[in-house]
Amino acid sequence: MPYLTEKSSGSISTVVLGATKENGGTRGYTLTIGGQNSLPFQNYEGVDPHRAVIAAEILDIEPVSWPDELKKAWGGVLGDPAAWAKKAVEGGADMVYIKLLSADPDNGGRSANDCAETVRAVLEAVPCPVAVQGCGVDEIDKGVISKVAEAFAGENLLLGLAGQENYATVTAACMVHKHTLISSSPLDINICKQINILISEMNMPMNRVVIDPSIGGLGYGLEYSYSVMERGRIGSLQGDKMLAMPVIGFIGSEAWKAKEAQAHESDFPKWGSEAERGVLWETITATSLLQAGIDILVMRHPDAINIVKAQIEALSQPVTAA
Amino acid sequence: MEIIGERINGMFTDIKQAIIDGNPEPVAAWAVKQTQLGAAWLDINIGAAATDPSKAFKFLIEAAQGAVDTPLALDSTNYDLIEEGLALCKHPALINSCHADRHKIERVFPMAIKYNASIIGLAMSEESGIPKSSDVRVGLAMELVAAADEFGLPMENLYIDPLILPVNVAQDHFIEALETLRQVKLMADPSPKTTCGLSNVSQRCANRNLINRTALVLLMGAGLDSAIANPADTDLMDAAATARVLLNKEIYCDSYADLFKSARHTIH
Repeated sequence: MPYLTEKSSGSISTVVLGATKENGGTRGYTLTIGGQNSLPFQNYEGVDPHRAVIAAEILDIEPVSWPDELKKAWGGVLGDPAAWAKKAVEGGADMVYIKLLSADPDNGGRSANDCAETVRAVLEAVPCPVAVQGCGVDEIDKGVISKVAEAFAGENLLLGLAGQENYATVTAACMVHKHTLISSSPLDINICKQINILISEMNMPMNRVVIDPSIGGLGYGLEYSYSVMERGRIGSLQGDKMLAMPVIGFIGSEAWKAKEAQAHESDFPKWGSEAERGVLWETITATSLLQAGIDILVMRHPDAINIVKAQIEALSQPVTAA
Repeated sequence: MEIIGERINGMFTDIKQAIIDGNPEPVAAWAVKQTQLGAAWLDINIGAAATDPSKAFKFLIEAAQGAVDTPLALDSTNYDLIEEGLALCKHPALINSCHADRHKIERVFPMAIKYNASIIGLAMSEESGIPKSSDVRVGLAMELVAAADEFGLPMENLYIDPLILPVNVAQDHFIEALETLRQVKLMADPSPKTTCGLSNVSQRCANRNLINRTALVLLMGAGLDSAIANPADTDLMDAAATARVLLNKEIYCDSYADLFKSARHTIH
């Protein structure tokens, strides 16, 4: 009896993050993601050549509102992006993801030049590929991302977020200065595809685009984001080229939003120790989305990062058909 | 929905003239235009008039391949000609077509495998002609599906044509073709693909484009995967794009119709 397997007509684009000296950058190594022509970890049905990677989320301001468990885990490096990035990579993260929140007027409104200096310090501190996003205010981010793109031309940063309102600016900056971009949509597969079409019409090579379909953490829309991500992946494998890019998800920020991840045991004795609970909340959010096809997991807690990394390793072992 | 562009055919006067003059430009222009409009394949047919069929076929193939990377559908009843063409194709081609007769199957399937080509298999034989009933068509399609299995042709490389006749002369045939498609899609897993010569349905009718696109949508609902058609018929292409979305074959986005009408192969 032959073992019946699914064959796909489409495949996910292969995206390289970062650039070494030979390729115009300064990274010690690059990371390659995508390239699958089967569903996640079904490597007996096709190829799943590149493992999902974990990016540690780094803020350029001190995260005063973060739960105590998270702050404790990072110790004294919070508020020092370069030191934070170094510690994250030494602790097991594959790459770092910097959010330039200080550009927001509510967070001090630092200039685009100052933001670029933060990125420079991080690039000097770590050998890994680096992702950079602005503060979330479209008007300000246009200037910040353009500045960062120009200042580190050739570095092949992963830059974002390119949404419906600002995709043209971010795409142009990535094209001119040779970076990869994050195409971002609000949990809507139709808009996700539409933005990708608009980006592709600007002649951005689609092997330099990563999709952020938006996610919800465990208990707060994880199932819905799983469905969106899975639908996009299945469509891609059936040949939909406008969705066939690797996927990034902001696991840490969504998981740690949950009351269940943060609340102290003293307030909810039946919930158990918050030291374990938050890490597990982030871990379950991450490992669930691994099954939907996520390629870059942006995470917060170093323990969660290492648990998920071990999971990816275990799941990626070759499977032989029974 | 794969549209097989029908325009490079010696029955059109500009292509006929190009063959006579040995002028590749009109052929290249149609190759480019059909590709830009979203054709998945380009049908290549020398028509009836060529004095040297072998030379004419080679000329059309090379003119098209010089302009685009779109794979070709080699359209001839002369299998020696098709085999010569397969040897010239840079990309895996589509053989148009093979009847369900055993001697034709034995000639066509091995050469398809040799050249990694696909086959359009007609749900008819020399003996049966075009059968009226879907039952007979389905039986003949099954012969082709069994042959794919026997010769080792991947099922997705077999395109079953349920056969379309003009609605003004054979009005009761169309529903038989629809039923044939439904049955063919159940024959194997993965199922064979399906195709048809769409514009046959409206031969010598008024409102040809309207009939063509209405037929296409009905056929798609019954399991049609591709059609030999005119990609320059914008309304037809829009109807096909919309049917794909409604049949949940394509994820909706606002530009879905434009996306369907855009090039999927490289233009040189």
